[in-house]
Amino acid sequence: MENIQHRFGAYIKIHWKTIVFLGVVLITIGLVDQFVDSYIRRLLNLCAIYTIISLGMNLVNGFTGQFSLGQAGFMAVGAYTVAVFTVPIEARATIFYLAPMSPLLANIHLPFIVALLLGGLISAGFAFLIGSPCFRLRGDYLAIATLGFSEIIRIVFTNTQTITNGALGIKSIPTITSLWWTYGIAIIIIVLTVLLINSSYGRAFKSIREDEIAAEAMGVGLFKTKMTSFMISAFFTGIGGGLFAALLGTVDPKQFYFTLTYNFLLIIVLGGMGSISGTVIASFIVTLGQEWLRFLDEPMAFGLDLPIFRPGLRMVVFSALLMVIVLFYRKGLMGTNELTWDFIDKKIKTIKSKFNRKKTSTQGGDDK
Amino acid sequence: MVIGMTLETFLQQLINGLSLGSLYALIAIGYTLVYGILRLINFAHGDIFMMAAYFAYFGIAVFFLPWYVTIFITIALTALLGVSIERMAYRPLRDAPKTSLLISAIGVSFLLENLATYLFSGKPQAFPDFPLMTTPINYGSLTIQPVSILIPIVTFIIMIGLLFLINHTKVGMAMRAVAVDYDTAKLMGIKINGVISSTFAIGSGLAAVGAILWCMKYPSVLPLMGVVIGLKCFIAAVIGGIGNVKGAVLGGLILGFSEVLMVAFFPALTGYRDAIAFVILIIILLFLPNGILGKKQVEKV
Repeated sequence: MENIQHRFGAYIKIHWKTIVFLGVVLITIGLVDQFVDSYIRRLLNLCAIYTIISLGMNLVNGFTGQFSLGQAGFMAVGAYTVAVFTVPIEARATIFYLAPMSPLLANIHLPFIVALLLGGLISAGFAFLIGSPCFRLRGDYLAIATLGFSEIIRIVFTNTQTITNGALGIKSIPTITSLWWTYGIAIIIIVLTVLLINSSYGRAFKSIREDEIAAEAMGVGLFKTKMTSFMISAFFTGIGGGLFAALLGTVDPKQFYFTLTYNFLLIIVLGGMGSISGTVIASFIVTLGQEWLRFLDEPMAFGLDLPIFRPGLRMVVFSALLMVIVLFYRKGLMGTNELTWDFIDKKIKTIKSKFNRKKTSTQGGDDK
Repeated sequence: MVIGMTLETFLQQLINGLSLGSLYALIAIGYTLVYGILRLINFAHGDIFMMAAYFAYFGIAVFFLPWYVTIFITIALTALLGVSIERMAYRPLRDAPKTSLLISAIGVSFLLENLATYLFSGKPQAFPDFPLMTTPINYGSLTIQPVSILIPIVTFIIMIGLLFLINHTKVGMAMRAVAVDYDTAKLMGIKINGVISSTFAIGSGLAAVGAILWCMKYPSVLPLMGVVIGLKCFIAAVIGGIGNVKGAVLGGLILGFSEVLMVAFFPALTGYRDAIAFVILIIILLFLPNGILGKKQVEKV
């Protein structure tokens, strides 16, 4: 028992403010669910899904220091699992009209939550397959292998007509995803990640990030630890992908082009590699920002008809943003800090003291 | 499976494989040079290749320059692009954690792709036809495009030239020194920045040569053309042993042959054509992690 407590972070004290904050979040979700239109609801759902996937990515890239770029592929696995197993059996004949669904799968229908978990597990299985050759070696092979994986999985899904309906994709997936589902799962995954990061596993992850050789010398099993982190990450991403499928109601291979991964990369870089709260904040900023910047893709409706505003500008802005952050604000919003209550208190104090100093300095009449 | 394939078609496929493999080799050399010196997967290399294709397209199809001027300008502009990418995106991060450098490389790649989509539109552009190079010539029952012969010859000449440069010139010696030990090379008075810049210039110049030849053989230019080609060529460099120029050429040829022959022998697998590179990568990583010609790397503490 003691061992378990030790491993899974018995040292996290839950601050009363946290409980109040969680209550506020839940009430907000309830209110928002009642009053907003479907566009905003979909956007907010997307924010939560991106939070889940980016947390998974940050676990590997930020906390463990391994470079994985397979998010789009793992998402596709999760999304297709949910799609294949939750599409109503009656609808299957009309969806798979080019080639009938494989008889092995045609009559299997799973409840949403089971399909979601299955998607996560299959993703984790793929992670094991990719990780086993890559983690035996030092170097950045994981980046290429995972990027390759997300390309291959798209090719495979395009070619396996009887399982995934090929390039046509699967339509009329029951759109079960609601704010309660996405935010519920997002909160569970945030809590799980916090527990994980503060456990001995989390410390092992960070030790590998800081210095692989020293970590190995201290008795951290490199292969096993990296693999754990990578598989958990893929599990989260698979679940995010499943929610994504049930949010949109349709999946096809083109949705999971590897450029999707760059969204999550931008999120974790903006939030800070190795910060859970940073990832959550950045998920909202990036997801909402991408919607609000859509005007960049439209020709200007008023005044001069500037040729600058045309399709593609939004993505240029986004990729330039990624470069600017990496080059000039390498730590992102949060660095490796967490938005704990202590952190907020400290920040407020420093801002206050700065403010006071300014006041005294202007009164005293000298600089600094 | 071989039934139905005559010797002629087999030879034909071999020539196709040779020219595709040589194109991969030209681009793989760029990856291997940069990785050898900076230990960085230059994700932007595939997109530098794409930009070179656009430079050539604009030179010939838009500004109607003669082809020899276009080739010169394309190589010069691409080399400049490569050097300035290193200058602006990689040099400021040289002392930063490895991940920052990788993210920067991905960022450059993403930026170039989006810029190309924005500036040149996402539609594929038809690269002008070179009748001299593309009109098939008949040798008995073989039909061969002259460009398919030109590509391996150019690649071979470039490889010989590059090996001479690396093994017998001062710049080459400096490059080898930096590749072996970055810090010691610096202490020995080697101008690291100059060496790295020239590496990027050479790698990007070769990508430009590759792009021109590629577009002669497969005449279509589009903003995302560099992505899959770039990934495959990095894999080619890994297969041959990363950091090794001969290895990059060998890896490129292996990849080109296996792709063409797989499609020729198993037409049912045509859809999986792009996947074979990654299958080979996994096999190589499992059994020959240092590549075919690579040396075992020892990490010093």
